[in-house]
Amino acid sequence: MSEVPIKPSVEIKYTKLLIDGKFVDAASGKTFQTLDPRTGEVIANVAEGDAEDINRAVAAARKAFDEGPWPKMTAYARQKILLRFADLLEQHNDELAALEVWDNGKPYEQAATVEVPMLIRLMRYYAGWADKIHGLTVPADGPFHMQTLHEPIGVAGGIIPWNFPLLMFAWKVGPALACGNTLVLKPAEQTPLTALFAAKLLHEAGLPPGVLNVIPGYGPTAGAALASHMDVDKLAFTGSTETGKIVLELATKSNLKPVSLELGGKSPFIVCEDADIDKAVELAHYALFFNQGQCCCAGSRTFVHESIYDKFVEKAKQRALKRSVGDPFKEGIEQGPQIDTEQFNKILKYIKSGVESGATLESGGERLGDKGYYIKPTVFSNVKDDMLIAKDEIFGPVQTILKFKDLDEVIRRANDTHYGLAAGIFSQNVDTINTLTRALRVGTVWVNCYNLYDAAIPFGGYKMSGHGREKGEYSLENYLQVKAVCTPLVNPAWL
Amino acid sequence: MGSHSKDGLESFVKIPTIKFTKLFINGEFVDSISGNTFETIDPRTGEVIARIAEGDKEDVDLAVKAARHAFDDGQWPRISGAERAKRMMKFADLIDQNVEELAALDTIDAGKLFSMGKTVDIPHAASVIRYYAGAADKIHGEVLKMSNAFHGYTLREPIGVVGHIIPWNFPSTLFFLKVGPALAAGCTMIVKPAEQTPLSALYYAHLAKLAGIPDGVLNIITGFGPTAGAAISSHMDIDAVNFTGSTEVGRIVMKAAAESNLKVVSLELGGKSPLIIFDDADVDMAAQLALNGVLHNKGEICVASSRLFVQEGIYEKLVEKLVEKAKAWVVGDPFDPKVQHGPQVDKQQFEKILSYIEHGKKEGATLLTGGKPLGEKGYYIEPTIFAEVKEDMLIAKDEIFGPVLALAKFKTIDEAIKRANSTRYGLAAGIVTKDLNVANTVSRSIRAGTIWINCYFAFDNDCPVGGYKMSGFGRDFGLEALHKYFQVKSVVTPIYNSPWL
Repeated sequence: MSEVPIKPSVEIKYTKLLIDGKFVDAASGKTFQTLDPRTGEVIANVAEGDAEDINRAVAAARKAFDEGPWPKMTAYARQKILLRFADLLEQHNDELAALEVWDNGKPYEQAATVEVPMLIRLMRYYAGWADKIHGLTVPADGPFHMQTLHEPIGVAGGIIPWNFPLLMFAWKVGPALACGNTLVLKPAEQTPLTALFAAKLLHEAGLPPGVLNVIPGYGPTAGAALASHMDVDKLAFTGSTETGKIVLELATKSNLKPVSLELGGKSPFIVCEDADIDKAVELAHYALFFNQGQCCCAGSRTFVHESIYDKFVEKAKQRALKRSVGDPFKEGIEQGPQIDTEQFNKILKYIKSGVESGATLESGGERLGDKGYYIKPTVFSNVKDDMLIAKDEIFGPVQTILKFKDLDEVIRRANDTHYGLAAGIFSQNVDTINTLTRALRVGTVWVNCYNLYDAAIPFGGYKMSGHGREKGEYSLENYLQVKAVCTPLVNPAWL
Repeated sequence: MGSHSKDGLESFVKIPTIKFTKLFINGEFVDSISGNTFETIDPRTGEVIARIAEGDKEDVDLAVKAARHAFDDGQWPRISGAERAKRMMKFADLIDQNVEELAALDTIDAGKLFSMGKTVDIPHAASVIRYYAGAADKIHGEVLKMSNAFHGYTLREPIGVVGHIIPWNFPSTLFFLKVGPALAAGCTMIVKPAEQTPLSALYYAHLAKLAGIPDGVLNIITGFGPTAGAAISSHMDIDAVNFTGSTEVGRIVMKAAAESNLKVVSLELGGKSPLIIFDDADVDMAAQLALNGVLHNKGEICVASSRLFVQEGIYEKLVEKLVEKAKAWVVGDPFDPKVQHGPQVDKQQFEKILSYIEHGKKEGATLLTGGKPLGEKGYYIEPTIFAEVKEDMLIAKDEIFGPVLALAKFKTIDEAIKRANSTRYGLAAGIVTKDLNVANTVSRSIRAGTIWINCYFAFDNDCPVGGYKMSGFGRDFGLEALHKYFQVKSVVTPIYNSPWL
């Protein structure tokens, strides 16, 4: 873009590591830069955490768990802190949104009216679980009293990505803290700012020191140190499948800490022959292009029934041409810049491969402007399953539209991937929907909708899209240990 | 004999201005159709606090119309659980902001301790509604494992219009134990507070409106049981009735429900709960527990441990300690922070308790302490302990609902269990022992809804409470309480070519 980027009206107050309730420099004194993706320019210098800082953070979290007040206070007291945090987030809604947009490039309206309110909603949702975490009493085969205690797992580690910094913060911090654990969080190096601000507000809400520690830094250093730490009881990672494998390996080789992984996807969006084409085009467009295409569950393989294929492609092309791309702080913008040079280059490479492999480039296909990481909304049609653009996760504004004939075929092709995160179905037919829903090997099926992320609905992958679920009651399992307690009974009146 | 706080009556006459005295229907405070009012009395003096609108059948009809409209056509069941939760949380915040006034209302209306109201009862009421607000967006049904090619699931749907008939002993707590889960579930309701204690309920209606609870969702009909209460129990357009009160009236409510539209009933009734103290108990701790168990809230609590069984090895020591503590117990004006219990709620209860005390004496139980009213004005009664109480005595069988303890000695664990269970009630029980096997055996053998081991009145928002036998059915507190406000709907549809079944 060649326009002058709008200056965000938010002050950057927190750029250091947060350990044991205090903002501190990195042990090495090093800092790294976080950049504005609209221009590639530096927003701020942030303390760069490494292994030593992770050690300090884990030590603080361990102390806070083993000796501090957090696990020992009543669930109601923890709940009140989380509720107060939600209230503070509400008071700082616009500030948080502006910081998020500055660091990440997503449209401001999206951040301020959807994502920050969703963060607040999630914190309130998890606060409500705090005093309702139940174990079981179970029937025994003999005279025994058996019960299960669901105990906090201890010190948890969270490594979160840059595509939804605040929401990813909530998906980890919410359940971990509601269950009475302490946490060390490593936000993505591209987007450290909002995690630090939110953590500050959580401390203002009364969180005891050491319960939440935030260490910005890089994956191979801080992230790896956290994944291989011998004193971390649980690790939750969201990011690419490639990095997920590394994290799992490190966790296994160190102390076998349980790991939940929320990884990549190449989710099918299936438009059936009875579809209202205009509605389907709009939903398919949203399913792919939302958040600059930077969604693990983006509907990145659009399967359209042959009877409506050509019409669909033409409308999808027109819709993409209409998509407004520009400064995310400008009103009415639908798409901002991609997150950084690395992603930007990767996406352009995939576009090139799409062209070279013979897909039809309907729109876009190149950079927009000469500054920052803007890419034109790109649509490919006549895509074949074996093309790279149909197999690999691109993580950018590149829609690939494939043709199918019948249900069994599209099921087979939709499932023919190592991924299994989500799928979209566009149809009115009850039987088609039921069949597809059960046949697709994915963690979320969206029927006539997409990207619905209500607090109570679990989210997660099949196959190489990961394992474990976040959100909903399911997320609590990640942060609890189950302890069975058995004792004999003498002359029980019933069994 | 308990001691009476003399300073009390003069220096603590703190009657707050009574702001709300009318029925609350469809978001407005209105007179009753008849124009009738009734008196609510201050049990410290027997004097009138205020005149309150007296609702009867026609008023209940109006309230049900409003609640039905709010449910069938209004937004309350149609907004998300999260949105209901938001307003319920605001309601809790408003309670916190008005703690003192609310506590004072319950004190002058029910004779409850003001210090307890301020620091425990009212904050606890706020925590109850917060608990259920936190549950509102977590109401799950199940997707089922059908043994045929069908997709099946259950939906938990709000049951509709609910009637709540609540008693006078814990007006605020009981208001929210009913209203909390009912609101969370998306139901609409008519609350009939006890005629002895209408004041705080009407104040809560005012706060509910400020919190954003839509008109018609929460309606309050103050009045009497045989009129307003009966109208609710027998109403053809109320889907469920929830009653907390005496077993005798519970029967009437259930009968009316059966004879009208078979509305769902839940009852939380009386008790004659046993506290069993074994030889290995710490004497001082056990004696304190036993005394609190029967004197807390002047004995006006359904789960009061009104039958005390003490094992013979510890009997003499414990009883001595018990009597010593009872004699030191301070009875007086409930606004006085030194006082440990205030007056009984009204003349009727006062006279009933004294009559039971006379029975106890006549039946031959040994009166160890107390047995008389205190002072000239109001409804104060001394902590009263009877020993050598036999099972067939009236004071061992009937719920007295006052500061009167029936004490007996036992030998073996089996005997204790047998005697603890020989009652038509089954609300709660207490066990004091350090022995694991005794605790486990006795807790599983007593037919009661709550067993407290080495504690008593250990309530918690997450812990369900309710009765066995003639103490009723259905549970309050905990997620269990929500069940009263739901219907379970099963939805089934065939599936074809499913890769798994």
